[in-house]
Amino acid sequence: MLRYALRRLGGLIPTLLVIVTVSFCIVRLAPGGPFDQEQTLTPAVRANLDHLYGLDQPLAAQYLHYLGGLLHGDFGPSLSQRDFTVTELIGQGLPVSITVGLLAILLALVIGIPAGIAAATWRNQGADHGLTLFAALAVALPSFVTGPLFALVFGLALHWLPVAGWERGAPRYLVLPVLTLALPVAAYLARLTRASLLEVLRSPWIRSARARGLGGTRVLWRHALRPALLPAVSYLGPALAYVVTGSLVVETVFGLPGTGRYLVQGAIDRDYPLVMGMIVVYGALLLLFNLIADLLYGWLDPRVRHE
Amino acid sequence: MRSIPVNAEVTPQGPAQVLRLCGLAVSFTTPAGVVCAASDVSLQVARGECLGVVGESGAGKSVSFLALLGLLPPNARVQGAAQFCGTELLRAGPRALERLRGAAIGMVFQDPMTSLTPHLRIGEQIAEVLVHHRKLSWAAARARAQQLLTRVHVTDPAHRMAQYPHELSGGMRQRVMIAIALACEPQLLIADEPTTSLDVTIQAQILALLAELKREQGMAMVLITHDLGAVAGVADRVAVMRGGRVIETGAVAAILNAPHDPYTQALVRNAPRLTASAGVTQAARGQEAVALTLTDVSVEFSVGARWFGRAAALSAVNAVSFELRAGESLGVVGESGAGKSTLARAVLQLLKPSSGRVVWMGAALGELPAGELRALRRDLQIIFQDPLASLDPRRTVGEIVAEPLRVHAPELDAPARGLEVDAALRRVGLPATLAGRYPHELSGGECQRVGIARAMIVKPRLLVCDEPVSALDTPTQQQIVTLLAQLQCESGLSLVFVSHNLALVQRLCERVLVLYLGRMMELAPAQSLYARPLHPYTRELLSAVPLPDPQLQPARLARALPGEPPSPLNPPSGCVYRTRCPHAVAVCQQRVPAWELAGGDRQVACHRWREL
Ligand code: SF4
Repeated sequence: MLRYALRRLGGLIPTLLVIVTVSFCIVRLAPGGPFDQEQTLTPAVRANLDHLYGLDQPLAAQYLHYLGGLLHGDFGPSLSQRDFTVTELIGQGLPVSITVGLLAILLALVIGIPAGIAAATWRNQGADHGLTLFAALAVALPSFVTGPLFALVFGLALHWLPVAGWERGAPRYLVLPVLTLALPVAAYLARLTRASLLEVLRSPWIRSARARGLGGTRVLWRHALRPALLPAVSYLGPALAYVVTGSLVVETVFGLPGTGRYLVQGAIDRDYPLVMGMIVVYGALLLLFNLIADLLYGWLDPRVRHE
Repeated sequence: MRSIPVNAEVTPQGPAQVLRLCGLAVSFTTPAGVVCAASDVSLQVARGECLGVVGESGAGKSVSFLALLGLLPPNARVQGAAQFCGTELLRAGPRALERLRGAAIGMVFQDPMTSLTPHLRIGEQIAEVLVHHRKLSWAAARARAQQLLTRVHVTDPAHRMAQYPHELSGGMRQRVMIAIALACEPQLLIADEPTTSLDVTIQAQILALLAELKREQGMAMVLITHDLGAVAGVADRVAVMRGGRVIETGAVAAILNAPHDPYTQALVRNAPRLTASAGVTQAARGQEAVALTLTDVSVEFSVGARWFGRAAALSAVNAVSFELRAGESLGVVGESGAGKSTLARAVLQLLKPSSGRVVWMGAALGELPAGELRALRRDLQIIFQDPLASLDPRRTVGEIVAEPLRVHAPELDAPARGLEVDAALRRVGLPATLAGRYPHELSGGECQRVGIARAMIVKPRLLVCDEPVSALDTPTQQQIVTLLAQLQCESGLSLVFVSHNLALVQRLCERVLVLYLGRMMELAPAQSLYARPLHPYTRELLSAVPLPDPQLQPARLARALPGEPPSPLNPPSGCVYRTRCPHAVAVCQQRVPAWELAGGDRQVACHRWREL
């Protein structure tokens, strides 16, 4: 298993290279350039700037240069926030975003999966109906609605929690953003788990386990649960992607110094290194998550285990 | 219901009766109303006795027994009485039933592929029952589990304990299921179609195991099956069910030799047998042109190929050659893994052979340009094993059957196509009104007829049937085979019929090719092959066919060939069959037997065919 994991980890590098290459091309294909909006620039200054950042070189050379930098963990200078390198920007923001994002996914797992199991166990009873309704709402409401709503209720009305801010990750400041991000993911996980557990409970091997006289609890925990978790595990990758995109809204609503805004702002400013840096970091994170999901999958279902 | 009471045979009301069903009735409440699945089922089983319960699918066999174990979904309503060793099962609470299930009553299900929990090791699943019911420690339970595996003749039990269900063959999995059912030494074993999804040879092994267990453990046994041959070898008494009712019960010999009820009579009459008269005689076709020629066709797959690591070559079909004349029917038989289906697909170029030539009417199919091959496909049609899976669930029967016309006869307009579809459906014995229905609304037999109609609508000249009936119950199998024979006779097409069931092949085919691990073992006219098989493997296949004959069948079961085919990844040297051949000698290991002419249009690959 460990050898397999390490080998898969090695296999991520070519994939990451593909991501870098493709996104490099796409980013550069977008019309416009980083200094277009600064109308006051004279052609000479502009040429100087282009030269400074290597933008006057052929694209292939720029690409190789960028790859070379990546090898040293150097994402290049930011073109829009000219006092910072991209590495510095991401280095400051990423811990915030990652803390909020991972906590949100963790919370979603902790709430969503047990809720799904409970709903399936008491299917078509009050608790199940309530949960299903709640989950439908939570999936449907966008975070720019729930975020301010939470801030309003728990912050301004009840004064339980601060409305915004980071304060070096003090738990009180984390609760609302994490909750806002986690809610739809948890709801979705609950629905997935409920549906797949019901499906598994109808399978022949469950009937066969019951024919062996095994009690309901044992059948549920030992025979049904692991295969029923497979869809939830497959959803881990997409969940991360959701959290990444959701972080833009949540970080804006709750005033968090994360990286969410860099992706959009960087794209608008044609800040090539910043956009690329974000893509590379989140691409790597996504690949890592998918790998974890795969390994979990192998643990849950021996049929997909290799060698 | 017959006027004679079902329990007319006098059985003493002693402690010997393990299970007594009295007027059991099962109904389901569905949105469409109440559906009655079984009514007035009265049966009994004594210690040391095996009751065979026979009938088509939907006859209420399984439902009745699942009902008394409390294993039906909540919308089921069960009435009547079911006494098990003094306990009234239908009035026992769920807890009490749980204590009985798996302990006093063991159950074996039809599909060993899906009836074991996929993510738990074999050993854990057997031991679990002992821990749960017998309160053994896990260590003691595991030790006992390994003994049980030995008891059901699982090879290499210590190794199997740590394996997962998907790593075992179907036969091994069914043995594991039986081991689980036996773990707590039940007084009653209920086997629900235990051999239906298995190869003939493995069926014989499992039935032989059940017969042995009944003899040695002295428990009561219920064998639910649609196959009279299975009943003949194991059961002492037989109950025939139809439409949810028991229509006849009696001793196995009485039911099979002198059935009373007309339905039973038809069942017995149509049961597959290997009789000299059943076979198709080879028509005189000396003058008919050779339609299909295979020359040294091999198909290899590479398995285990990944980015890193070496691929192993799996030879699925190895140097197969035969000729098929126009209008002739050839049966291809062998166990699973014999390469039958691969060969069928290679004939139609659905899989590219890695070497060898397939020539159809003078054209080498492998060398044709794609366009010409596509045009030729109109002549070459195939029907598949799983009738439901091979039909698009989102299309109506009419659309499915019309599909080949859209490709091969685009000149037809919609009304003309409709007429053709009606005609095609009628030809396969389906009402034209079925055209508007969807596949999932049809029975398995109807689905397969739709598949045949789809293939026949373009009037092909070669029809390849890949295990077309193995997913169906015996009476339906018979009907489909009869239909195929009739279609072949009417339209003069050539037929390649792939099956593991030799009794069915005999009804349909003039010549038979026996494959083992992708190699040809014997090729002969059906009549001489069934009358005097030359190859030891052919003999084995023949003796594994379950015959509905209570005098012969128990002894035939007792001789069932042990073992399973070796992995095609690592075939034995010399004669590939030597690891299971009872006649193997030293030379069999050293040299591959030649493909020899054995007179009378027969060919065989065995070093010893002359002496045996
Ligand atoms: S060649 Fe030998 S091993 Fe093979 S079938 Fe003949 S006797 Fe058996």
